[in-house]
Amino acid sequence: MHKKDIGLAVLVLTVGAIVTLVNPRFISPVNLANTANLIGLFGLFSIAEAFVIVTAGIELSIGSVIALLGVIFIDLIASHGVPWPVAFAIVLVLSVVIGLLHGWLITRLKLQPFVVTLCGLLIYRGIARFYTRDGTAGFTFGTDLPMLEYLFVGRTAGVPHSVMAFAVFAVLAWFLLHRTVFGRHLLAVGKNEEAARYCGINTKRVIVTAYVLCAFLTGVSAIFFAMYTKSVQPSAHGNFYELYAIAAAVLGGFSLRGGEGSIVGVVLGVVLLQVLQNLVNLLGIPSSLNFAVMGAVILVGVIADTQFHAYRQRRHHQATRSALAEVSRIPSANG
Amino acid sequence: MTAAARISLDLIGITKFYPSAVALNQVSLGIRGGEVVGLIGENGAGKSTLMKVLGGTIAPDEGEIVIDGETASHLTPAEALARGIAFVHQELNPFFNLDVAGNVLLGREPRSRRFGFIDHAAMARRVKPLLDMLGARFQPSTQASELSLADQQLMEIAKALSTNVRLLILDEPTSSLTLAETQRLLDVVRRLRADGVAILFITHRLAEVEAVGDRVVGLRDGRNAGELQSGNINRDAMVRLMIGRDVTQFYTPPHVRQGPVVLRTRNLRTEAYPQAPVDIEVRGGEILGLAGLVGAGRTELARAIFGIDPVQGGRVEMNDKPVASGSVPAAIAAGICLVPEDRKGEGLFLDFSLSENVVMPNLSAIATAGFVDRGAEMEIADRSRSRLSIRAPRLDRAVSELSGGNQQKVVLAKWLGLDPRLIILDEPTRGIDVGAKAEVYRLMRDLAEGGAAVLMISSDMEEVIGVSTRVAVMRRGAIAGILSRADLSEEAILSLAVG
Repeated sequence: MHKKDIGLAVLVLTVGAIVTLVNPRFISPVNLANTANLIGLFGLFSIAEAFVIVTAGIELSIGSVIALLGVIFIDLIASHGVPWPVAFAIVLVLSVVIGLLHGWLITRLKLQPFVVTLCGLLIYRGIARFYTRDGTAGFTFGTDLPMLEYLFVGRTAGVPHSVMAFAVFAVLAWFLLHRTVFGRHLLAVGKNEEAARYCGINTKRVIVTAYVLCAFLTGVSAIFFAMYTKSVQPSAHGNFYELYAIAAAVLGGFSLRGGEGSIVGVVLGVVLLQVLQNLVNLLGIPSSLNFAVMGAVILVGVIADTQFHAYRQRRHHQATRSALAEVSRIPSANG
Repeated sequence: MTAAARISLDLIGITKFYPSAVALNQVSLGIRGGEVVGLIGENGAGKSTLMKVLGGTIAPDEGEIVIDGETASHLTPAEALARGIAFVHQELNPFFNLDVAGNVLLGREPRSRRFGFIDHAAMARRVKPLLDMLGARFQPSTQASELSLADQQLMEIAKALSTNVRLLILDEPTSSLTLAETQRLLDVVRRLRADGVAILFITHRLAEVEAVGDRVVGLRDGRNAGELQSGNINRDAMVRLMIGRDVTQFYTPPHVRQGPVVLRTRNLRTEAYPQAPVDIEVRGGEILGLAGLVGAGRTELARAIFGIDPVQGGRVEMNDKPVASGSVPAAIAAGICLVPEDRKGEGLFLDFSLSENVVMPNLSAIATAGFVDRGAEMEIADRSRSRLSIRAPRLDRAVSELSGGNQQKVVLAKWLGLDPRLIILDEPTRGIDVGAKAEVYRLMRDLAEGGAAVLMISSDMEEVIGVSTRVAVMRRGAIAGILSRADLSEEAILSLAVG
């Protein structure tokens, strides 16, 4: 675990402790399970974003993709009678296609990731609204399809399945980024794409894969969200989710310049953001201040991190300096 | 030059601690207007730190600075500028989106009287005389992006002169210049000296110090290593000053043992010079030096062979088998590797650790089912460290903490694990110290004697002649001629290069 991760963990625990002191309902099983469910839902696409950010890219269309794929998933089942496993597969295939498209535009046509995915944000949201004629794609089949319901919104031993999915993907992502050759290549491409090319790394393929991974995880998350909300209002569903994801990744130590970050960090970042949301509710802070609280905490966290880093550098400097002064005095006194 | 009084500057007992080392230990240095002082020392000897003290960007922990008779504990950048201290840094960072006048007067642009807009005519009037004095063949209105490296250097000097400079500090000013351009720069140095400017000349090219230096100050391990007065400035004395011993057999070509042809290009046409097909052969066991002026297409040829750039035609063969063009992985699979010219931009991941850098091109070899074996990684990194005598206390620290010479060894170490058949080195010793140079040469020799083919691009004549078994000279993208070891001389190479 990185030192940054430990700092973040301490912050999460501190905020949690404070909320518990003010309102003990925070640690009630019901509240914990609900918060955990949200952590699972938001965590899936935050990990997705992290894979793109580590290549020095950005994915801004996550919220719109969640809306579009959610609408399609529901419509396929509710209006077209498609069996849900088939609808599930179609959504995942579509998500991979979106990832491939973004990766292709970025690596082959050399467009900036910000521009490509900003256009994606606008386009997918527009299509989702047009597709449903701006109506809400509703659900009545929750009880008709108990298996689907159980898989995506059920709980095992009180633990929401979304959290389990998040845990599984987080562990996979950790191994992928921190232990595999592909993970090294991701970090290398993000840190210095030119040097990566000189090492024989197929940088274009690495970048495209990152966008495909991101879109795939977003697709999985879209189904969880559709099943969670039971109705998808295409103009509002998933709004700003990409910003949650970016915030979680930045909190988790991912640099927007690419090449660094840890999966443990982004997981803790997601937890912190959801605990903050919960804090706003439990402490009776007007919910209109929700974003302001989140923004302030992220800003304070990032400032504290840089200041703490600078402080440690200075202390390290002073320690070695006095040690070196001892050593270097002796010969120079004679000479 | 204005009639500003000549500078008198003394650094006395300057000491500076860095987090992991004593960068400067009781260093003293004096310089007066009208003299050229060569500052030499291996990388990490403290030259850059001393420069930063002069420029006011770092404050020394101990010692004092006596400038024009006034004593201070440190300078601020503004004071340094006001005192007439100016720099031309090794790494030129011109603003390519501005013209020459805009670069020279950046931040000091004259404003028009009426609206306060930038007065371009006045800028040109101020910059033109400076360019004339330097003998520049470009105009104040020339875009910086159109200048060659040598002209960019002149532009930087013009910038320094525009501030009424009294002490000009040149850091490795000739490392990317051709011979003729270097001569021109040395002439400028002599002219400025005649005008009463003090010049501190930092370089690894000892011949240049010999040519213009009035005095040489050596630094070693952050301390004064001694001084040479004008009569005693010669190569051997300077090398002794820098490394504290004689370098025996500094340049030794490998024992020639003609192996089979390893690399052959057939009508290879690069993007830079599509009309100039290149046919070249490199045999196992030889070091083929690739000489030529900057811009002759040597780097472009190397990039084409290594698959970084797509080729316009022709092909590359390794051991008589064609190599897919435009693909680095294919080139590596065929046994080719390239040590690029731009160490920091293309050769290394500066924030990554030594071990991560060393195994990067070879990760799949130490992976099982896609998982990196970190024990093997450390083992390989440790072996490379001892084989190349890389001075790094820890394998898990960022390579940005290492000196230039040691960084270059890390770039070389990356490739050794792949057991290359052809190793291309592009300016492999640029900006690295004598000790590290000797290591690089030894390694090239070892590789050649082990049967590999070595292709070395270099603009350092001494080096090309010293270590090559044969030399190919390029001119405007084509091979102008090939010289065998017996025919090697500076004149022979130059006449082919200039044509």
